[in-house]
Amino acid sequence: MAAISMHNGCFSFGDRTIFDDVNLDILKGEVLCILGANGCGKTTLLRCLNGTLRLKTGAVCLDGTGITEMDIVSIARRVGFVFQEHSAPFPFSVLEVVRMGRAPHLSFFGSPSSKDTEIAEKALDMVGMLGYRNKPYTQISGGERQLVLIARTLAQEPDVILMDEPTSHLDFKNQALILRIVNRLAKTGMGVIMTSHFPDHALLYSDKVALMAEGSFTALGAPDDVITEPNLRRVYGIDVKVLKIEVSDYGRPLKICLPSNI
Amino acid sequence: MSKRNIAILIIAPLGLLLASMFIGRYSLDFFTALQAFGQRFFSIPADIPDTVNSVLFNIRLPRILMAMAVGAALSVSGASFQGMFKNPLVSPDILGVSAAAGFGAALAIVLDGNAALIQFFAFIFGLVGVVLAYLISRVYRTTPALMLVLSGVVVSAFFSALISVIKYIADPFQKLPAITFWLMGSLGDVDGSDLLLALPPIILGAFGLLAVRWRLNVLAMGDEEARSLGIKTELLKGFVILCATIATASAVCVSGIIGWVGLVIPHVGRMLVGPDHKALLPASISIGACYLLVMDNIARTAISAEIPLGILTAVIGAPFFAYLLRRTKGGWQ
Repeated sequence: MAAISMHNGCFSFGDRTIFDDVNLDILKGEVLCILGANGCGKTTLLRCLNGTLRLKTGAVCLDGTGITEMDIVSIARRVGFVFQEHSAPFPFSVLEVVRMGRAPHLSFFGSPSSKDTEIAEKALDMVGMLGYRNKPYTQISGGERQLVLIARTLAQEPDVILMDEPTSHLDFKNQALILRIVNRLAKTGMGVIMTSHFPDHALLYSDKVALMAEGSFTALGAPDDVITEPNLRRVYGIDVKVLKIEVSDYGRPLKICLPSNI
Repeated sequence: MSKRNIAILIIAPLGLLLASMFIGRYSLDFFTALQAFGQRFFSIPADIPDTVNSVLFNIRLPRILMAMAVGAALSVSGASFQGMFKNPLVSPDILGVSAAAGFGAALAIVLDGNAALIQFFAFIFGLVGVVLAYLISRVYRTTPALMLVLSGVVVSAFFSALISVIKYIADPFQKLPAITFWLMGSLGDVDGSDLLLALPPIILGAFGLLAVRWRLNVLAMGDEEARSLGIKTELLKGFVILCATIATASAVCVSGIIGWVGLVIPHVGRMLVGPDHKALLPASISIGACYLLVMDNIARTAISAEIPLGILTAVIGAPFFAYLLRRTKGGWQ
């Protein structure tokens, strides 16, 4: 059964419809990358998927159970959300921030036990940030902060991770690092849905791609099938070249996208 | 929190409590005091003059314990509010508790109320103030935290105006000085019965805040993020406001209005133990208790008359806060 799915999802702010008739199914272990122009509703879609916003019509289901029938604690045990860069008001230590991921597993008056701390440390280790555990969260770089937020979501032990542009504001190396970690997480049995502005990322690192435009998915499927020159032109409104290249390191033919000369 | 800090934060208040027993107009030698303690708490027979017993156990001890409880209540509430509203300039009286409680006390004074009625009115109006602030904040629901602070300002202004009305009509020779003195804050009249009245709700409120202090960390990351981590933010905020209000109103109804403690002490705590509320709240309790006890010792011994406590905390607190702002450059540290 799909770890997370949306059936005929429609959402609007007042009279303004953001998206309509969106369908998706993500199994555990799959990575879905949602591409679309600025302001097309990608973030809104993610916020509907974790129940922050309520669909006008249609349904979001986690493992077959409707999200409207679940309270936020049980949603948080199944769905983790990695926010775009945000401002942290207090200089909490990195480990403390990751430990917050244990919140859905604790009672109202509870606080993390040594077992929770172990889980948080394991999560930090998975993203290679264990050495930063005592550093103030406000004094690390943007890429490191993104890794810490991913570790926090891992400590949450969800079935599905939603990531809102996990590579925005990151340098070339950190983008590759984050996406490789995302792929590794999916292999451990988590479903991942992320939004991105880079078709190349979708080609390299995802199992499924959705193109979002004109308030709906215009295409959904395997990267090779979806990321085509006509489809990208429809989404971004410019001509795009999709090139096939052979890179010996990868052992398989790759595709990359280039904007045509405008 | 390091072991050394924990030890300091436990030992300092206890040591100050003990030392404060010897501070005051009536001088006591250590040995007599020791005997008096032995007789009182361990039934060791000793020949202690009644004056000594009375000074120690009817006057100094209740006042010392009250000073510590009030300091702790204001500080722990302040630390919780600053974390919850993510605002370093917030203190427990921001929601209108102080002004409303002050109005209650002033009203009771002009109505010829006794001390118990003054406390009762102060407490009830303190709660009324917060409930009003809460109701006003619900008029416009998109930014609840900001609205709550703004409506707290509205409620404070409203009750300050009412206080002025009462001062204006009060008998200028007897009632007006009493009102003014109450509004300046003092622990001069504290006795054992005040302690019995105010201590249980203060402890209750403080324990409530301590119980959810880890969740304050998560709440400080922002509402939507906290909700995505399974925190029922509205429930948690309501609980924090309830606990802080009970503690603050109980403190204010005995002590009168004592400013700056709830604002400044949490910042001192953060300098000492860092921003993690798991350490910050207990530290604020300890530092707040020590601070107000020292202030009250000065208030009752520095000059022959009693100095109003609220004036002392403001005279020392305001410049210190200015120093903090300079040091932290307006941020958290």
